[in-house]
Amino acid sequence: MARPPLIWVALALAIGVPIALAAGSEQLAWRGPVYILAGFAGMIALALVLVQPLLIGGYLPGLSAYRGRRAHRWIGGALALAVVIHVAGLWITSPPDMIDALTYTSPTPFSPFGVTAMWAIFTVALLALLRRRLGLRLRTWRIVHIPLAIVIVAASVAHCLLIEGTMETISKAALCALVLAATIKVIADLWRKRALRGSSA
Amino acid sequence: MTIVVLNRRNLLVAGGTVLATGVLATGVSGLLLPARAEGLAPTDSMSGGANNYRKGAAIVDRIGKGGFWMSGTVRRAGDGAPLAGQRIQIWAHTTEGQEHEPQSHGATLTDKDGKFRLEMPQIIPIFGQPHGHLAYDSGEFKTVFLRPVMRSAKETSLEAHFVLQPA
Repeated sequence: MARPPLIWVALALAIGVPIALAAGSEQLAWRGPVYILAGFAGMIALALVLVQPLLIGGYLPGLSAYRGRRAHRWIGGALALAVVIHVAGLWITSPPDMIDALTYTSPTPFSPFGVTAMWAIFTVALLALLRRRLGLRLRTWRIVHIPLAIVIVAASVAHCLLIEGTMETISKAALCALVLAATIKVIADLWRKRALRGSSA
Repeated sequence: MTIVVLNRRNLLVAGGTVLATGVLATGVSGLLLPARAEGLAPTDSMSGGANNYRKGAAIVDRIGKGGFWMSGTVRRAGDGAPLAGQRIQIWAHTTEGQEHEPQSHGATLTDKDGKFRLEMPQIIPIFGQPHGHLAYDSGEFKTVFLRPVMRSAKETSLEAHFVLQPA
């Protein structure tokens, strides 16, 4: 009885603590509201990148596989929206810096990772919307989605870790480590299931 | 005799060495060894250096309330002679305003040794890096925009060096 809520509590802490610490950052005093909104939209996007593998891997107790998949789709949409808010807010804050980032000419090393993750997120979201219309079968869908998911996770983590902003270093690194761990776990489980199916066939 | 085997690792090492030598040649000899200043290469503008530039920032004793020091040198390409009386414009996101806001901008002149130093409010991280912007944009020499990054957001000073070539 005690175990299921524990994972949910851990997830809430993994997401809540870094966001709460960022909300207490002294940097916020020197930022305008749009810039602050853009920053938190980025953090929420990272948090959603953690939720996604947990949902699709069925690691969150209390959610059936069906509801987990449905939630994964909705959260995917929310992730795309969070990225749009992040980019739009940064654009309003400093148009030339955002244009440099989007054209891969920014001097900041984290920008190309963020922009790459953005395009991968948009691609997955668009394909997910069109999946039925395109008649993509599960196998084909996975061949497209899994590599893009890996790109999203790796690029988002690199983007986030290289930024010097409002997030506190240790809680940020912990959140990033959990994102990587959850992704590796879900891919390893998929691999194992495939191997099992292969040997039983 | 030595047998040169070309493989990917060798090429990478060779490429890295060439790059490193290039960086050392321009960076170290340019800035640290004035004895070899002959043929001193001009400074290139840095990417993003001109972002949020406002033309014609006024010469001021101090930007805002101060507390942070931006300093550097201005020299002539080729012989490395210090350039006196050159106007350097400085701006950044500070505790007193965002990068694009007028109060975040100011300018100063180099002294007879080609050195400049301007007090400004504390620079804070913006767009993921604590950095400042500097411009030489007075016409006599080619325009240069610099964007130095602080090693840590806690630092209270930052340097940038210009080597200018005739326009």
